[in-house]
Amino acid sequence: MKNRLNVFFLIFGCILLISFIQKLDDHKISKKNVELIIPKGFPKPNYDFTTNKLTPDGFVLGRKLFYDPILSKDSSISCQSCHQRVAAFAHIDHALSHGFDGKIGTRNVPALQNLIWKDAYMADGGVNNLEVQPINPITNPIEMNESLAHVISKLKQNKEYVILFKKAFKDNVVNSECLLKALAQFTGLMISANSRYDKYVAKKDTFSLQEINGLKLFRAKCEGCHKEPLFTDNSYRNNGLNPDSSLNDTGRGKITKTETDNYKFKVPSLRNIEVTFPYMHDGRYRKLKDVLIHYSTSLNHNSTADEEINKIGELSDKERKDIIAFLLTLTDKEFLNDRRFINPNKR
Amino acid sequence: MRNQFQLLLGLFILFTLSPKFLNAQHSSKGMLSIAFNHYVDSLILNLDSTIYKNKFGQPFSISIFKYYIGNVHLKKSNGKEYVSSDYFLINEEEKNSKIIILKNIPQGEYTSVSFIIGVDSIHNCSGAQSGALDETNGMFWAWNSGYIFLKLEGKSSFSKSSGNNFEYHIGGFKFPENSIRTVSLKYEQPLLIENDKIALLNIKVNAAEILKNPTNIDFRILSTVTDNKNASIIADNYKDMFTIQK
Ligand code: HEC
Ligand code: HEC
Repeated sequence: MKNRLNVFFLIFGCILLISFIQKLDDHKISKKNVELIIPKGFPKPNYDFTTNKLTPDGFVLGRKLFYDPILSKDSSISCQSCHQRVAAFAHIDHALSHGFDGKIGTRNVPALQNLIWKDAYMADGGVNNLEVQPINPITNPIEMNESLAHVISKLKQNKEYVILFKKAFKDNVVNSECLLKALAQFTGLMISANSRYDKYVAKKDTFSLQEINGLKLFRAKCEGCHKEPLFTDNSYRNNGLNPDSSLNDTGRGKITKTETDNYKFKVPSLRNIEVTFPYMHDGRYRKLKDVLIHYSTSLNHNSTADEEINKIGELSDKERKDIIAFLLTLTDKEFLNDRRFINPNKR
Repeated sequence: MRNQFQLLLGLFILFTLSPKFLNAQHSSKGMLSIAFNHYVDSLILNLDSTIYKNKFGQPFSISIFKYYIGNVHLKKSNGKEYVSSDYFLINEEEKNSKIIILKNIPQGEYTSVSFIIGVDSIHNCSGAQSGALDETNGMFWAWNSGYIFLKLEGKSSFSKSSGNNFEYHIGGFKFPENSIRTVSLKYEQPLLIENDKIALLNIKVNAAEILKNPTNIDFRILSTVTDNKNASIIADNYKDMFTIQK
């Protein structure tokens, strides 16, 4: 009896151990995992990692930082508080971002995907390099208030981080350059190019009639701004939204200080649009249905709307449904379930 | 075995002491140390404690004074130039930052020095950096990427901002609000750079120039400048705050 019990415990222990090791392995990153593969049909990236060589150690450090609230003042908020993996790193069902001290931000949290193809970041394009983007959430949005320096001093006191920084950046100590480069390695590899749409284009999957019709309509009405395969042409446009007077967000105009740029926003990608709701820079629409009603009802368009918007014209109920059916083919399950991006602190 | 080892060691020491090796170590070039000495007109700049007056007679004190220097060029009379690719953050609060050292300068007589006040557009778009351009130095705007080229902060009873503070954060590298300014200074007597020696150059920096010439700044009207059109007005003021001291 006693023997049997021992054997039982032994087997049970082995199973526990194996599953634990497997869990550990889930977070393991190999050289191959950090190879930059440009998806077929994608253009040359704007951010090319030449001065920030991708390595497993760099990626692992970036991932740990992304999921670590040590980056916030009171250690309460990490990047993932606003950028959630299951929502393609947007913020599930939050119109405006929720940040430090529970303060409400002025913009909706966008998906993080295909960032290395962007030429500027944020809805107004104010940030000119992927590496310096995280300084915004880490510090005061208006002016640098030295808290990036405080983050560095916290990391320097953390033995685990000191080792990880050394592994990732060799002779460099813990400094902001390495911190920002590691984060860029992690976010830069968030590449979505394996949706059903991609497989359809590569002739590896088929579309329903409705989806085919939706794609045709999309190419006729939306392609002028949401250009394939990234579903953005990286330009700034006014898509006809009436400005929200409580936010008075002038968008691109705030950066260029040019009146004609007021209320223009960077054309967002529509990849994974199914999971990144609510929509628009201020999160005003909760459903794709609402977005399509906005585009097809010219009454909604403000007088400064881009001319491509007025060309869309009235869309019938069926046409709207077809376009939505197509938009849903942009969901990339492989990206959403990519184990490389899973929170390594969760076991 | 032991003997052999000693022989090797001896050879090694001989080799490292040979003149050729020494030369390779300190290549036959000179150095220049430039000291930036801060004043407010004729008075030495003291943070917080001293009260100065602007063109309107408004009293003020200074709490922060720092700026970037880059693209330093030294020119010989024959037109040959030495160029440094380094950036320097000169900060009144940090004594050591006010003396910069340029290395590996070919020997000869130099007749002028030039540099930019600010950070050129390439370095404004190059992502995360370390050293003088480290974003933790508090000289970087995150929401509209770009370095702050110069900061002057202080107090004046005439300022209507909270706490009677004034703050001028000057930056912007994009047309039409480009605030990068180039300074070019000529030596009366040529500056001699000699091999393995450090030459010294003293530059007087008159912070009062930020507030005058050509545009006199009235603290009542303009107490805050952060990334807008006024930045280039102030940059035009301070572009001649540097003079060579004898
Ligand atoms: C308080 C919520 C919040 C936190 C925390 C946060 N972000 Fe964001 N993030 C946003 C919002 C909102 C935007 C869009 C802002 C805008 O458009 O002006 C954004 C935009 C971005 C972008 C640009 C996306 C694009 O397509 O332009 C990147 C990259 C990014 N965040 C990375 C990070 C990283 C890395 C961290 C952690 C250091 C982080 N974020 C923390 C809310 C947050
Ligand atoms: C004139 C260019 C233009 C055209 C044409 C256009 N859009 Fe947009 N679209 C934009 C811009 C700009 C935004 C971002 C607006 C904002 O954030 O305020 C946007 C946002 C969206 C969003 C929300 C994305 C998000 O993540 O919040 C969806 C969905 C969308 N568009 C779908 C479409 C569809 C479908 C069509 C065709 C019927 C279309 N768009 C045509 C420029 C355009």
